Amino acid sequence: MRKQIGLAAILSAAALLGSASVQAQDLGKARYLAANCANCHGTDGRSVGGIASLAGYERARFIQVMTEYREGKRPATIMHQISKGYSDDQVAQMAAFFAAQKK
Amino acid sequence: MAEILKNRRHVLKAGAAGAAVVAAGGLAGCATQQTAAPAPKKIGRVIVIGGGYGGLTAAKYINKWSGGAIEVYLIERERQFYSCPISNLVLGGAQTMDFITHSYSKLREQGVIVLNDEVTAIDPAKQVISLKKIANLSYDRLVVSPGVDFDFGKIAGLNDEAQKTVLHSWKAGAQTMALRQQLDAVPNGGVYVMSIPKAPYRCPPGPYERACQVANLFKRKGNTKSKVVIMDANPDIQSKKGLFTKAWADLYPGMIEYNANMVVNEVDVKNRRLITETGDRIQGNVLNVIPPMRAGDLAMKSGLVNVNNMWCGVDWITCESLVHKNVHVLGDSTFSAPGMPKSGHMANQHGKTAAAAIVELMNGRQPSPLTMANTCYSFIDERNVVHVASVHQYDPVDKTMKTVPGSGGLSSAATELEGQYALSWARNIWADMLT
Repeated sequence: MRKQIGLAAILSAAALLGSASVQAQDLGKARYLAANCANCHGTDGRSVGGIASLAGYERARFIQVMTEYREGKRPATIMHQISKGYSDDQVAQMAAFFAAQKK
Repeated sequence: MAEILKNRRHVLKAGAAGAAVVAAGGLAGCATQQTAAPAPKKIGRVIVIGGGYGGLTAAKYINKWSGGAIEVYLIERERQFYSCPISNLVLGGAQTMDFITHSYSKLREQGVIVLNDEVTAIDPAKQVISLKKIANLSYDRLVVSPGVDFDFGKIAGLNDEAQKTVLHSWKAGAQTMALRQQLDAVPNGGVYVMSIPKAPYRCPPGPYERACQVANLFKRKGNTKSKVVIMDANPDIQSKKGLFTKAWADLYPGMIEYNANMVVNEVDVKNRRLITETGDRIQGNVLNVIPPMRAGDLAMKSGLVNVNNMWCGVDWITCESLVHKNVHVLGDSTFSAPGMPKSGHMANQHGKTAAAAIVELMNGRQPSPLTMANTCYSFIDERNVVHVASVHQYDPVDKTMKTVPGSGGLSSAATELEGQYALSWARNIWADMLT
């Protein structure tokens, strides 16, 4: 239940982004979490090359790919191990953040 | 109070502007586009000491995430950044010093005030630092990221004079090239001896990667009778054991000799020998002594060290020192949480945790715990690589970071694909800190 509320909040933040600062803050917190990925995938998901960029990644696709990594259904060198360190809610937050970044 | 309210209003305005940009064109609200907006009112000053993996990341991200509202200083005594990760490849000859040497100029262009200076003292009560070249600077929050320093005193004979020829090369830069020159002078049949200190030390897999790189250099020069002798103070190989022992057997048969429980505590420079605490002696053409490590000297003399007289305890939600308020400690100087390696990647993640906490705190908000991830790639030759990875989440009960059960792990085997990823990792993490 908690997970669904979290996801809903993020989705509304990503999709609507109205004037309320609460929504801006949700992405503001997601940026801290998404910075976990920047070491390899570049600041804000903009890779300088050799490893996939995540900026502008379609939200649902991001969640699907991370889920496949976690379930071992997608070929990987390292992401099958790293993806298992994050909750569904955290993956949803990252997805919302990267979807909102300019490619 | 009035000042805080003004600051809050400023932040709310900035937040709304960011949101409007996203709604209008799908642009990033927090991309570093401050040039287009009027300069934000400053809400305080953060000084970051140390331009390595931890300090650089903190400086960049405080500037970025505060939208320029926090004045950020970075104090670094070197004029350029030298990366420890990949420096073993310079020893082995697969990469050059140029590849691992970077300028601080792009961080300056982002708005960080980078000063080439050395901090001589920290006054945590007055919130002031003293420097060698310029006048004292005051801070609202301080970030101390001094890396490690060596306890040379634990190895008899390793005085200033001996240190000129018995190198550690465990900080990249001049010593990287100097050790490479020593290795180039080793004749076929010559011996390279490396001593590894007791854990915890910077970069757990680093010494074993170095053994691969030195053996690879000997092999490529046709010096297949030369030997790499490892004197490890630890009871076993500290990281990626199976992967390294396989690489040594497959790629460098008969060239690498590994000795566990060998605590080197004396250097005999005249006879080019290392002596262990149990009296074992080993002679070598090149003596590469990696001495025992502890938090950087500045952390030691500032009273930030509170664990075993070696490391700095921190609150893992903020990386704030457990000794001094408003002082955050990052990277290798920290008393590592369980399962957390002292690595450049980890220091970068510490930098982001501290940056997020500082931005939240200076805006009057409460920081939340953040996740950290670690990836360490090791080259077993010029191209093939193995990794170890982990993810760390905050445990509110034990108030520390813990590895997430079921996450992380090792490569199943060395591959060239991971070799490509390792170099891309380097380019991306450098850009993530320096641009």
